[in-house]
Amino acid sequence: MEDCKRILVLGSGALKIGESGEFDYSGSQALKALREEGKFTILINPNIATVQTSEGIADLIYYLPVTPEFVEKVIQKERPDAIMLAFGGQTALNCGVSLYKSGILEKYNVKVLGTPVEAIINTEDRELFAEMMHKIGVKTAKSVAVNSIDEAMSVVREIGYPVIVRAAYTLGGLGSGFCSNDAELERLAQTAFSYSPQILIEKSLKGWKEIEYEVVRDRYDNCITVCNMENFDPLGIHTGESVVVAPSQTLSNHEYHLLRSIAIKIVREVGIVGECNVQYALDPNSDDYRVIEVNARLSRSSALASKATGYPLAAVAAKLGLGYGLDEIPNAVTKVTSACFEPALDYVVCKIPRWDLGKFEGVSKLIGSSMKSVGEVMSIGRTFEEAIQKGLRMVGQGMHGFVGNTISIPDLDFELNNPTDKRVAAIEIAFDRGYSVERLHDMTKIDKWFLARLENIHRLKLELAKCNSISEISAELMREAKQMGYSDYQIGKIVLKDNKIDAHAKGIEVREYRLKLGIKPVVKQIDTLAGEYPAQTNYLYLTYNGAENDISFERDGRSVIVLGSGAYRIGSSVEFDWCGVAAVKKIQEMGYRAIMINYNPETVSTDYDVCDRLFFDELTLERVLDICSLEQPKGVIVSTGGQIPNNLALLLDSQGINVLGTSAKSIDMAEDRQKFSAMCDSLGIDQPRWKELSSINDIYSFVDEVGLPVLIRPSYVLSGAAMRVVSSRDELENALHNAAVVSQEHPVVVTEFLQHAKEVEIDAVAQHGIIKCYAISEHIEYAGVHSGDATVVFPAQKLYYETVRRIKNISKQIAQALNISGPFNIQFLAKDNALRVIECNLRASRSFPFVSKITKFNFIGMATEIMLGKEVEPYGKTFADIDYVGVKSSQFSFARLLKADPVLGVDMASTGEAACIGDNYHEALLKSMLSVGHRIPSPDKGVLISSGTSKSKVELLEASRMLKEKGYKLYATSGTAAFMADNGIEAEVVHWPDSEKKPNVLDCIAAQKIDLVINIPKNHTQRELENGHKIRRAAVDHNIPLITNARLASAYIWSVCKIGIEGLGIRHWGEY
Amino acid sequence: MLFCKVKSESDKMKKAILKLADGSEYEGFSFGCERSMAGELVFYTAMTGYPESLSDPSYRGQILIPTYPMIGNYGVPGDEMVNGVSRFFESDRIQCSALVISDYSERYSHWDSRRSLGQWLKEWQVPGICGIDTRALTKKLREQGSMLGKIIFDNADVPFYDPNKDNLVAQVSTKEISTYGTGRYKVLLVDCGMKNNILRCLLKYDVTVKRVPWDYDFTAEDYDGLFISNGPGDPAQCTATIAHISKALQQDRPIMGICLGNQLLALAAGAKTYKLKYGHRSHNQPVKVPGTHQCFITSQNHGFAIDGETLPADWEPMFVNLNDGTNEGIRHRSKPFFSTQFHPEASSGPEDTEPLFAEFFNNMVKYRK
Repeated sequence: MEDCKRILVLGSGALKIGESGEFDYSGSQALKALREEGKFTILINPNIATVQTSEGIADLIYYLPVTPEFVEKVIQKERPDAIMLAFGGQTALNCGVSLYKSGILEKYNVKVLGTPVEAIINTEDRELFAEMMHKIGVKTAKSVAVNSIDEAMSVVREIGYPVIVRAAYTLGGLGSGFCSNDAELERLAQTAFSYSPQILIEKSLKGWKEIEYEVVRDRYDNCITVCNMENFDPLGIHTGESVVVAPSQTLSNHEYHLLRSIAIKIVREVGIVGECNVQYALDPNSDDYRVIEVNARLSRSSALASKATGYPLAAVAAKLGLGYGLDEIPNAVTKVTSACFEPALDYVVCKIPRWDLGKFEGVSKLIGSSMKSVGEVMSIGRTFEEAIQKGLRMVGQGMHGFVGNTISIPDLDFELNNPTDKRVAAIEIAFDRGYSVERLHDMTKIDKWFLARLENIHRLKLELAKCNSISEISAELMREAKQMGYSDYQIGKIVLKDNKIDAHAKGIEVREYRLKLGIKPVVKQIDTLAGEYPAQTNYLYLTYNGAENDISFERDGRSVIVLGSGAYRIGSSVEFDWCGVAAVKKIQEMGYRAIMINYNPETVSTDYDVCDRLFFDELTLERVLDICSLEQPKGVIVSTGGQIPNNLALLLDSQGINVLGTSAKSIDMAEDRQKFSAMCDSLGIDQPRWKELSSINDIYSFVDEVGLPVLIRPSYVLSGAAMRVVSSRDELENALHNAAVVSQEHPVVVTEFLQHAKEVEIDAVAQHGIIKCYAISEHIEYAGVHSGDATVVFPAQKLYYETVRRIKNISKQIAQALNISGPFNIQFLAKDNALRVIECNLRASRSFPFVSKITKFNFIGMATEIMLGKEVEPYGKTFADIDYVGVKSSQFSFARLLKADPVLGVDMASTGEAACIGDNYHEALLKSMLSVGHRIPSPDKGVLISSGTSKSKVELLEASRMLKEKGYKLYATSGTAAFMADNGIEAEVVHWPDSEKKPNVLDCIAAQKIDLVINIPKNHTQRELENGHKIRRAAVDHNIPLITNARLASAYIWSVCKIGIEGLGIRHWGEY
Repeated sequence: MLFCKVKSESDKMKKAILKLADGSEYEGFSFGCERSMAGELVFYTAMTGYPESLSDPSYRGQILIPTYPMIGNYGVPGDEMVNGVSRFFESDRIQCSALVISDYSERYSHWDSRRSLGQWLKEWQVPGICGIDTRALTKKLREQGSMLGKIIFDNADVPFYDPNKDNLVAQVSTKEISTYGTGRYKVLLVDCGMKNNILRCLLKYDVTVKRVPWDYDFTAEDYDGLFISNGPGDPAQCTATIAHISKALQQDRPIMGICLGNQLLALAAGAKTYKLKYGHRSHNQPVKVPGTHQCFITSQNHGFAIDGETLPADWEPMFVNLNDGTNEGIRHRSKPFFSTQFHPEASSGPEDTEPLFAEFFNNMVKYRK
């Protein structure tokens, strides 16, 4: 056993594309396992919204960037005996490798637990890895490392197109892609070289099957494969972008075990201690294979494997790191067997990615070898049809399953040959047009087995369509439809053929008829051993492919159902998982049974030991009603999982389900724009003026009334982002003409837009309409940047007392009027002491974990007590009592979203967030910005400023002066440079991208002369848009930090110049 | 393809009833031969390998219930032979009595497949039914032990049949003597219902294999190593084989046994065997070398086991099952005799213990010296 008491664990920081909530799962599970062993744990992770950074998981928590310099400082201070690198994704791994290479770990005598760093380096360096594999006779995709574009060209002349280009040492395939000609190669290689000094060129195996194995090895050389997985999408589409099933469906025993044996051979050769992921390409026409990649750490795939099998991979990996053998660790699910076994599944799981490409202007929708998805769902069924239909609904992008959708695809054949996020929908359209499985296979390279199964769903649709009323559906047909994963609504829609009938009414009608036929789902357990041994597991799913329930229900009124948050997406992410878990903990503490419904494999709420029962299933009215009728719970909590459960409140209430806390009617009052406005008017509370309009003329006359700019929100868009601010007549016309359909059915909401207004939020909990605790925070950016993208300061530092008092008063009025009992959040615009309410949500908001952790008072804990009917005392302290500051910054993933304009607007674009604590505003801001990918500009490089409007030019003047004084070289676009010169600041003029003059701004960026780009958009003229876009995009593509907001840029530069790295306190949460 | 049930009257899958000895009944749909059939119901939890399992002679007389719900996905390969051994199957026919599954893939997909699972079942007149809650059935068998059952078509009832009362080994063992390979070391292989992969594994070495029937008296034969294969049913039925092995134990020539061969070796050595409640039938059984941390994931298919407590003093346990502590193999303390309850030849299942064949071969080399 390893002799160590104090163990440092690195987290993965803010959620980003390629590194998401899965590392909250793995870190939390590992920390719990270490605690079980009596170890003292120290966690570094600035992601304040995670469960792992909550009380009771690690002994000490540092909200600091996971970078070598900060980790070294923590090591210096805490003197840990050992460090674990495998639980914080590529971020933690890269950081650990760097600490090892620089000798820091040796200097402080910190032992690396689990897989040795040398082994990690061997797997990360493709050439070393290929050599190692060659030595043991394992085939790898032939890849050649090159250091220049010329070298790349000559390699391709040897191996021939198509090739894949990859940058070494990057996460989730950043900077990689396929090339079929010289031009494509040159373009891609250039980008890849900006991420890494070395790139790899390899022969493309596009169209092969992609298969993964999750392997575990202990110090005694025992190896097991916990799970294998097969990608529905062929090689060429990143596994993070693919639909993935577990276990593999189309592999024979020979293939399954051939690849399994090779995986074990590799893991032994590499010397893994813990968990490892091995990815293969498998020839669809022989048993030829190539190893594509090995990840010597917990990964997104391992989180999926863990949830798919019920095997607690992260906990086991942590214990193996401490030196246990697999045979010494008990199987936490069966309790009677050990961790040394390979789970047997008696169901199929289906992972489907969730994209939010519609949120981005200009982004390419094609999916390929680089990851773009922001989240994923996992569905469970006993047929592929059942699992995939559930999964497509879970994704929450408007699909009702495989069939019954209204998705239009302009060029079907192009889509089938060049997959986008709509490719599954395209397959159904193709079936409708008579395409055969063979033809689709030729076009998509998706295995015929999957296509045939999808065609089964399609054929059943044709059978259903023969019925013209619900009662015409025979019991047999109904049962089969349900066995194929059809929802009640989907059946209703297909049978009734009328899109105008209310979706939920249709679903309920089918449901009632179906129950009369006696067709109900059954509950099955996920027990890791396919029923071979009795299991204590509480891990459940519902299926129609079964005859009896695995468990019985107490029905004693002590079960409380918590609805989870579903797939991570832009706008709803790990913060709601934290809220759900916090509610579960409180429910249990109060002596109730906590039942969770959620389907996101990247979460802690779906971990095997978090709640009393977990239904890994859909968050739809139908499924929640199914579960309620089994459980007969005390009630359902809809306010801790974000918008998905919130939207179910009224529907559940109408079906007689007890919605705990604030009444469904009040929730609806806040959600319905008209009703809410009427209420505000009656209370004398101001809102920005708005109207829902259904003709262009009405829009123009409303705009004449309120003046420009206005915020327009079409309910239906053809392309581009839905919501935007328009500041001129031209822009308005453009937006309405290009993006939107305006009609009675698709109205547009137009809202007056206040410029230079502060945005302020209150997060609060009330009981019987009386506020019991609250937190007021402010945004650094002025209104116009979505609250999810803004930089948030708590406690608010720069508000007038008057403003604060009025915020409290308005909040009190609203709480009372809606008789709130539970969490809520109100957003305000503050300008010259005038306050306007812009939004009110009667649920926990994104910032609940942030304010709970800064105040050290669990807002969700109190809200849960209230929802369960306990009378609570008001929380005594106010935010004025806090003598430190928390700042929350947003993490963007533009680097992965090719061509997307990295500019912030009224629609949210960030994929994650981090928050840090400091003694003052600037310290907290700097830590927080450094946590989301910013870096102090290198002294030998410059800063580019292109400062936009005159207002922001002034805003940035002082900051520019400070940079100059600090010794940075400044580059500026012509207008900015002239303004700076007038004010005595010297800057080198760089010319706009579309200018012929030299030096051109893009050249400077490409030459890596610049280490920070400040680009403030000025107006929306075509030229300005294109030039600005090019500069911003170049910064992102060359991995140079970018700020597009003048207020944030100015505050950040102040922090960089006046505080700097030296001024940042290394203190853990408990020390504040 | 479940869809057939509703497509049209003529395409409907025929209904069949699965009856259990405890009186319970389940309705399913036929995708194999429409013939009533009885046998012993057993479940197995492997997720791949139905062509191998169905042709495994150890499943003789049994109605198989895979716990994995979708079966038939990759079809069934062809009947090619390599060196006198079937390339893909574990014997020359389907051995089990019937197959009971949850969901059937009529449309299969694999480069190596030549027919659907249903077609193959029909070729061998074996019934197959789908649409059954196999998890519920598995739990019942887990709680009540393996049970007799029957599949009934068109009310054509058949009596329950307990295969353990028959000498199944005699049914599945080869009737004639045959020879494989031309290597230096002579292996005498007693076929008690041998899986072909044992032959394939042995033939990777410098050996000539002489395969003989289960009751063949090999005691006077010239060989370098004795191999006792797997096979179906109760080992106590094989009195002739046990008597022959007892004689071989008096000598020093290497012996290896697998599964039934393991039990026969134990009985010949004087130990006892017993019937497990519901047996081990899966690809994920962990075994451990006693006194070490060394573990292996193994493929298993057995309903009987050695009672480790009854091993004579000159024998020791070689492996134990990590899940339930049952004996998984025995070894003689001084002579080159060993056997395993699990299947080092796999097929189907994990290949982690295949090196045991090397150990057997090395024993022969050592013995010849």
